[in-house]
Amino acid sequence: MFGKLTLEAIPYHEPIVMITLAAVILGGLATFALVTRFKLWGYLWNEWFTSVDHKKIGIMYVIVALVMLLRGFADAIMMRLQQAMAASDAAGYLPPHHFDQVFTAHGVIMIFFVAMPFITGLMNLVVPLQIGARDVAYPFLNSLSFWLFMSGVVLVMMSLFVGDFAATGWLAYPPLSGLQYSPTVGVDYYIWALQLSGLGTTLSGINFIVTIMKMRSPGMKLMQMPVFTWTALVTNILIVAAFPVLTVTLALLTADRYLDMHFFTNELGGNAMMYVNLIWIWGHPEVYILVLPCFGAYSEIVATFSKKPLFGYKSMVYATSCIGVLSFVVWLHHFFTMGSGANVNAFFGITTMIISVPTGAKLFNWLFTMFRGRVEYNVPMLWTVGFMVTFVIGGVTGVLLAVPGADFVLHNSVFLIAHFHNVIIGGVVFGVFAAINYWFPKAFGFRLNEFWGKASFWCWLVGFYMAFMPLYVLGLKGMTRRMNHYANPDWQPYLIVAALGAAVIAVGIFCTLVQFYVSIRDRKKLTDPSGDPWGGRTLEWSISSPAPFYNFATLPQVRELDQFWEDKQNGVAYVQPAKYEDIHMPRNTGVGVVMGAFGTVLGFALVWHIWWMAAAGLVGMVAAFIVRAYDRDIDYWVPAAEVEKIERSRHAQLKQFQTTQVAPVAAPSRQKVA
Amino acid sequence: MSGAHHSHDAAHHGAAHADHGSTKSYLIGFTLSVLLTLASFGVVMSGLVPHELMMPGIIVFGVAQLVVQLVCFLHMGTSPSQRGNLAIMLFTILILGIVVVGSLWVLHNMNVNMMHPTSQMMPVE
Amino acid sequence: MSSAAISATHGALDDVLHGGGVDHHHHDDGSKTLLGFWIYLMSDCLIFSGLFATFAVLAHATAGGPTAKELFELPYVLGETMLLLISSVTFGMAMLNMHAGKRDKVVAWLAVTFLFGAGFIAMEVFEFAKLIHEGAGPSRSAFLSSYFTLVGTHGLHVTSGLIWLVVMMDQMRRFGLTDATRRRLSCLSLFWHFLDIVWICVFTFVYLRGAI
Repeated sequence: MFGKLTLEAIPYHEPIVMITLAAVILGGLATFALVTRFKLWGYLWNEWFTSVDHKKIGIMYVIVALVMLLRGFADAIMMRLQQAMAASDAAGYLPPHHFDQVFTAHGVIMIFFVAMPFITGLMNLVVPLQIGARDVAYPFLNSLSFWLFMSGVVLVMMSLFVGDFAATGWLAYPPLSGLQYSPTVGVDYYIWALQLSGLGTTLSGINFIVTIMKMRSPGMKLMQMPVFTWTALVTNILIVAAFPVLTVTLALLTADRYLDMHFFTNELGGNAMMYVNLIWIWGHPEVYILVLPCFGAYSEIVATFSKKPLFGYKSMVYATSCIGVLSFVVWLHHFFTMGSGANVNAFFGITTMIISVPTGAKLFNWLFTMFRGRVEYNVPMLWTVGFMVTFVIGGVTGVLLAVPGADFVLHNSVFLIAHFHNVIIGGVVFGVFAAINYWFPKAFGFRLNEFWGKASFWCWLVGFYMAFMPLYVLGLKGMTRRMNHYANPDWQPYLIVAALGAAVIAVGIFCTLVQFYVSIRDRKKLTDPSGDPWGGRTLEWSISSPAPFYNFATLPQVRELDQFWEDKQNGVAYVQPAKYEDIHMPRNTGVGVVMGAFGTVLGFALVWHIWWMAAAGLVGMVAAFIVRAYDRDIDYWVPAAEVEKIERSRHAQLKQFQTTQVAPVAAPSRQKVA
Repeated sequence: MSGAHHSHDAAHHGAAHADHGSTKSYLIGFTLSVLLTLASFGVVMSGLVPHELMMPGIIVFGVAQLVVQLVCFLHMGTSPSQRGNLAIMLFTILILGIVVVGSLWVLHNMNVNMMHPTSQMMPVE
Repeated sequence: MSSAAISATHGALDDVLHGGGVDHHHHDDGSKTLLGFWIYLMSDCLIFSGLFATFAVLAHATAGGPTAKELFELPYVLGETMLLLISSVTFGMAMLNMHAGKRDKVVAWLAVTFLFGAGFIAMEVFEFAKLIHEGAGPSRSAFLSSYFTLVGTHGLHVTSGLIWLVVMMDQMRRFGLTDATRRRLSCLSLFWHFLDIVWICVFTFVYLRGAI
């Protein structure tokens, strides 16, 4: 009846897990009670869960990513603590099978359920606003993508309390991840969580390509798109090209585990290295999927806060496109040691070195943008400068690892760990925080507190260097990754420093949470009445903060790059149209939530081999989709009068702001420096 | 006005006649496809083709049929309305080539170097 | 810019709903959906590329079990191929009738297409059953695992296409040839022809190459 699922699946004997479970249950009940007490269910359901508004979906992605960041970071702290303790005779506090799950969960969560939703959320929030569109191409599909992603999140979180998670490392290499060596449900949770959220990611990739190709404001040519939109376009092309390969790879592993097939097994002709090959064909583009939008965000921020146009816009676009294509021909550098021989290794070593060239070009572009600009060092800019310094170090160690000979020494050492954290924290995490600080006013109508933002930045920066520089040294000394225990006492001091670094980062995360709290408390004081708090250059700053649900009352006419900046210079940025028109909008729908819920049921049932429930989940998903296809009431019109009312009050507020401000943010006197 | 907007408008209207095909184009496509399918199977089944020409033969006929179906059934072409789709398809073929050829190259070299059991059954170059 | 005028002319559905004449840039006018669906097909194409790559790598990994040459019956595969090919043309006829606005003929041709598609699936299921019965199931060797997965994935796609066909026939009957149903049928048409194209690669690289 319930497949492999019994009450034994709950890990009663693990005190750490049980305490967490208790905390989650209490927290969940408290949230449930509060939401019920304040009668918020209807509001949440109508305004958020069923919303097809790209801004709200984007905000939900970022909120979930922040929550998952806490979970993934808890895993990081546990690992650092264990390695700081478990030298020589000491065993530490985590048994090996638990430690293995912790490092697997850390990697999976940080990449798939933190970095990816941060990126997707930012693209959702910003891209339609930057191209002057009223929504994405397929609003319902966007909601569906989010809820499929959520069902992946739910499965990963469930694995903590019901059964176990994969203990294989974040890419689940076979034969270790095969049924013979991983007989528990851990790898199955991994597979289905990734398949569901991966499907959502692919769908949102298609959605954004079409949005950017087809829904740009009248007149906006491709070479007039803001750089963030360009990087989003390339990232989504990479998503659509790379994620199908991940889907196949996991499907083949599934066939091995569920249908007794032999793709990657040791016997009957299976070839485990084919899995490694395939998953890195997806895996390498994936790191560019994560980092390119961050490059885009840095570009917007550098230009805005240097009060200058971005240096080398065209080279930025070409560099991004080059990286997009090259990212598909470097995958083997993740497994030089496999034994493909000198020719293959040389080819991939050289392509890896080549791909660092366009990235270097971008760095010079940012530096030249700052050169002779009036640089304003507020929070987004601090993250950007921190990134520029940190990412260069990560990039250089990456090129070092691209030398196959050096890689044979450093492969799977903690040097590699230090390298990729250096680029992912220095590139992606810093970029996400820079972007959150930069675009927060557009989402909520008030700025984030500067002091706590700066505190968070300095803690992250210092903590990062403390946590990962020792790992470079340890890697060169020969320490391999994923060690639950080590015999060499010489390593322990370094690992203690690394653990302290993680603690400093923890303070940084705490500062971010305080920043949100303080900013919400002081939202009146931090309010952004102009809609353009930074003196921005791109279209999203031309509308009110928060953006109205229809984004643009009239679609902006675009003739050049940074059209809004030009309009401000010419004093025509805020001209009201003579007459407003009705606006066509998509209607909210709960079908995405329903399909996500059935998806969770399907995934859970497949994990535990509860076949009837799996069938119900699949049929439910397909049926909900077909029912949706019969729904013909999917859109509505906002009357011109309502638009006019909203826009009138926006312009009244703007006028009041402009007259009260002594020096308006966008005053020409401050801008002429460049 | 951007090219994208022009082209999608064109796709909907100008294309109404050009891109939907006609009974004739479907029948031509069908006839050619049948002939090419028979040719492909004939290369292998008839026994008339020398062994070393079989592989090139089926690849040539297969690719020819792909082109026929793309043009006659999927209405692929270089008209402005189809150029975007064509470009997307060419990019896909590039990635597809990288995935298939790359995997074969990498795995073949590994099998040979590491003396994987599979390589014992393969002709080693 | 004349975009308002142009987009208004083809927003037929909107005209019904709203009288038309306004610039509703954001309404899904069909070209957006077809572009998105084309991109989806390309991503599907890459799913098949992964399966073909795996098949190519594992084609010789028979682990002492039966080889392609021993297993595959080419005349049978030729039969399957013809069914799929005919279904492609019958779908083409449905599309031509759709553009001519003849709803009943569209439904009729879709029904014919369904029959040929279902025939293809029936032949494939029979073939698989026979192989498994002979002890050449997917568990026998890596080669057979990759064969069943590649061909089976194509079969699953055709099966989804059949379900979609049924839904479309019903929608044609209920809603007639509206913008939405035309758009969806155009997508299904792309999907159906795309599966035929994948099948060309399957019979060339799996069956014929295996029989050489």
